[in-house]
Amino acid sequence: MSDSTRAYRFAVNVTPKPGILDPQGKAVERSLPHLGITGVSGVRVGRRVEMTVGAADEAAARAVVDRLAGDLLSNPLMERFEVEPLGEVSEAGEAASAGAGAGG
Amino acid sequence: MTVRVGVVLFPGSNRDIDAVNALRVAGAEPEILWHEAADIAGVAGILLPGGFAYGDYLRAGVIARFSPVMRAVADFAARGGPVLGICNGFQVLAEARLVPGALLRNRGLRFVCREVTLLPEHMDTPFTREIGERRPLRMPVAHGEGCYYADEATLDELERDGGVLWRYANADGSVAGPEDAGNPNGSLRGIAGVRNAAGNVAGLMPHPETAVEAILGSDDGLGIIRSLVVSAAEWASTGTITGTRPMAEAGR
Repeated sequence: MSDSTRAYRFAVNVTPKPGILDPQGKAVERSLPHLGITGVSGVRVGRRVEMTVGAADEAAARAVVDRLAGDLLSNPLMERFEVEPLGEVSEAGEAASAGAGAGG
Repeated sequence: MTVRVGVVLFPGSNRDIDAVNALRVAGAEPEILWHEAADIAGVAGILLPGGFAYGDYLRAGVIARFSPVMRAVADFAARGGPVLGICNGFQVLAEARLVPGALLRNRGLRFVCREVTLLPEHMDTPFTREIGERRPLRMPVAHGEGCYYADEATLDELERDGGVLWRYANADGSVAGPEDAGNPNGSLRGIAGVRNAAGNVAGLMPHPETAVEAILGSDDGLGIIRSLVVSAAEWASTGTITGTRPMAEAGR
């Protein structure tokens, strides 16, 4: 990575669009009574993808993430995504990833 | 002169040999097209076989969509050439937006591998023309993500414009709705396969290529494979296929 390039860590959270049948979420929901848990509904299972992006500044890095989240990580017919900035990182972003893992 | 039909091979394709066999049985000369090939000149039709391209990572078919050969396939489709995607090949075409809709995880969450009954519709298309008289067709399915989904407006449009080519059927011959026994995956309106608005690109989840000889348990799939071959031959000799229209005109 050259001196002029900085590195930013992002997470992309992809979830099924409202109204799309999510059989995985339903299966999770149906298992809850076995744990003695009640009162939980609307479970939706998605995926979280984390990455480090090298760019001149955070806005440029964010633009890259927005593009790949829409073109590759999600299918707009059935999923929606949100980009979660995790801040600037010094190297490969491993430390940031470990720190951000708690929220995932 | 036999017609050459390409079979696209991605890392993780596993029905390519069945596709090659089916094309031979249907009288074509199959040609394997490697996923890194950007030049597919010389083929008159394309079959995207089943399997688990790129391990089905992220979503079934999405990584394959960005491979060099798919740019060539999209260009071939835009020129009006016939393209058929089977199972994983259908998922790749859907991710590439070459056919409408998406394939979601099976409603029952399980990978389903069994024989189904298909009802073909519109017997004069590039992918149904050789089936003959309209009748139920028996062939296998084998997939975990085959639940056909599109929004209501798209479904209405598909039905109005003759875009639905195959539906799952119940034992009594009726169309199998999402909750019915004849529907293996919860597909909306029982849809097993569709084509694009131009009419020259189609995909279906069931496997006609493994039902092309009596020794395989059924030869009901042969008419679909033969339709592709006949359409490829027509396209090679005339530059057009009966029952299709240019993509630019069709708007997708």
